[in-house]
Amino acid sequence: MTAPLWIVNARLLDPASDHDGPGAVRIENGRIAEVVRSAAFLPSDGAETVDAAGLCLSPGLIDIRVKTGEPGAEPKETLKSAALSAAAGGVTSLVIQPDTAPAVDDPAMVDFIQRRGAALGLVNILAAGAATQGCDGKLMAEIGLMQEAGALYFTDVDQVIADSGTLMRVMAYATAFNALIACRPHDPWLSKGAVATSGELATRLGLSSVPAIAERMQMERDLALVEQTGVRFLVDQISTAGALGTLDRARLRGLEVAASVSINHLRFNEVDIGDYRTFYRLDPPLRDESDRLALIEAVRDGRIDVITSAHAPAPAEDKRLPFAEAAPGAVGLQTLLPAALALHHEDGLELLQILRPLTSGPAELLGLAAGRLAEGAPADLILFDPDTPVVVDAGTLRSKSRNSPFDGRRLQGKVLLTLVGGRRVFEASTGDVR
Amino acid sequence: MAQPDTDLLTVIKERLRPFPRDHFLSVTDLNEQTARELLDLADGFVELNQGAAKSLDLMAGQTVVNLFFENSTRTSASFEIAARRLGADVVSLSPRSSSVAKGETLIDTAATLNAMKPDILVVRHSASGAADLLSQKVGCAVVNAGDGRHEHPTQALLDLLTLKREFGDVGGLTVAICGDVAHSRVARSNVALLSMMGARVRLVGPPTLVPGDADRWGCEVFHDMRQGLDGCDVVMMLRLQLERMQGALVPSTREYYRFWGLDREKLKVAAPGVRVMHPGPMNRGVEIDSDVADDPDISLIQTQVEMGVSARMAVLAGLSLRRGGAGR
Repeated sequence: MTAPLWIVNARLLDPASDHDGPGAVRIENGRIAEVVRSAAFLPSDGAETVDAAGLCLSPGLIDIRVKTGEPGAEPKETLKSAALSAAAGGVTSLVIQPDTAPAVDDPAMVDFIQRRGAALGLVNILAAGAATQGCDGKLMAEIGLMQEAGALYFTDVDQVIADSGTLMRVMAYATAFNALIACRPHDPWLSKGAVATSGELATRLGLSSVPAIAERMQMERDLALVEQTGVRFLVDQISTAGALGTLDRARLRGLEVAASVSINHLRFNEVDIGDYRTFYRLDPPLRDESDRLALIEAVRDGRIDVITSAHAPAPAEDKRLPFAEAAPGAVGLQTLLPAALALHHEDGLELLQILRPLTSGPAELLGLAAGRLAEGAPADLILFDPDTPVVVDAGTLRSKSRNSPFDGRRLQGKVLLTLVGGRRVFEASTGDVR
Repeated sequence: MAQPDTDLLTVIKERLRPFPRDHFLSVTDLNEQTARELLDLADGFVELNQGAAKSLDLMAGQTVVNLFFENSTRTSASFEIAARRLGADVVSLSPRSSSVAKGETLIDTAATLNAMKPDILVVRHSASGAADLLSQKVGCAVVNAGDGRHEHPTQALLDLLTLKREFGDVGGLTVAICGDVAHSRVARSNVALLSMMGARVRLVGPPTLVPGDADRWGCEVFHDMRQGLDGCDVVMMLRLQLERMQGALVPSTREYYRFWGLDREKLKVAAPGVRVMHPGPMNRGVEIDSDVADDPDISLIQTQVEMGVSARMAVLAGLSLRRGGAGR
């Protein structure tokens, strides 16, 4: 395995133990062998030592909502291009969404994703399985066999399981395996054809729109079924204040559900659409500023368990179209950290408050050993400078698609080193992704 | 023609009691005492059926009508043979239930048959409660041979008879009923009768097939097969309709087999000497491995079929006697 390595003189950020302080970490055989919480520590064992110069060392980011084009749409993105982008962005584990062509709806496909990912030797490529066959919301997929094969959770991604009976049976069935089900809440009929959120702006721009309540409505249904079946559940991609209210009320009733939010909905609002800028054509559509502020508050007080990049590559030809015809989605793996750090620089959140839903939050939800700075945990680590100013240039992204809404934006924060299983998969000094 | 052994005949006549109710619609028509008496009588019929001369005249001059609205081979044959061995006249009918509105057909058919004055009507129907409805409309005794997903009381009785002969007494046995409990009349009748007779009953299957509230039936519910089979004396497998395994309630047959299909590996955690039952017909390689189903040291499946005739003879003879049949 790998030779021992010390990273010393670092600011250790470990959301799992709520620790933010100086220290050092020893890495051996792909795992964290020792954590020293002391500023003045210098190793005496002669192992290779990296001086962090006081910069931040944290668990690598875990992004649980990543789409690529593999299999089925490789020109958009392959597992390899996504992994390269992730390594450069400090994302050490990513969960591939199952709505590929063909869908990841049987154990052989879960195996395919994992094997292809492992063969790349970059970051941890993990799989989510489809909740229904072909993600078409009709017949249950092989949840038990897929979970045995390694699938971490089950979702139809952006497709709603409209038939409540089907969703209830999927949820009930999943309880036999203590499997996690995720649903992105949006009423499929209200949101049909919509590309923006109903309101003055959408009306003025003449865009088909969906009222914000469409999210809350579907979520109320989903959570009622969760209550009925007792399934482990993730509300995937909350984007409105109304849905947060629903989440709060469900938790008050004692329902244990997790919730995620995309980085895009924490950084942008509908006004960013401006003059029909298709890189801001997202799904769910961008919301009102009050929604964005409510989401930030929910991250601040820990009601959001997971922040995702919602990485959804779309090549230029799919975006250089009239707004309503453009493909939805944005790439985000490589900009996830600096975009999230804006919550610190602009909104005053502590670094631990931001890192928790990016590391230990998703790790706990999915039962991963990574996501913490603890002895025995996998050495999936990132060294970053939270303050370095950067101007995002989509042209330099390692993703095959460059549909980044952050293009041209000024952010702060730079990943200097990414370790996965103790191996250096990215170093900013050389620009190398290994 | 050979005559049955006179000692055996005496035993049978001693054990014969009038059936406790006018009809046999549900196992709740029995209590522990009457169920035990019925099983003892059935035991006598098993001896008879294993001999060369099987014909009696306990129901001579009485008419049994088999009315099967749902397809059935083994149950209808079993009832027909049972009635004939008791000396009854038997008519078997299989009207098509799909062509006419069911409620109307059922009551009309009942009125028509009732006018012909049969003594016992054996009925199977796809609607829960159909046998009960018929019993209110006819003057003869009604035996429920399976109504929808409600009950199949003679199946439970024959299963009990099988267990009684194998284990002596079912009291204290741990019985795991596995598979599609939700749609199974066999499960409902067996849960009630086994519990009545002092067995501990477990229900095992995916949550989509074992209702969450089934624990209120006094059973333990398991969704993990290994936990459910741990320490069991008897494993009673249920048939799973193939159309329910294509994604509606279970994702696929291979997933069902992997997690809930009975094979030797899963059976390892059961008690030593475990016995396996199945009401038939089996989906081999789906809910049960042929290796287990055909192992005479483990499987009671063929015995169940044999016991079916004797258990039904006991029911028919009891009802016949209550109606003043020749057994008196």
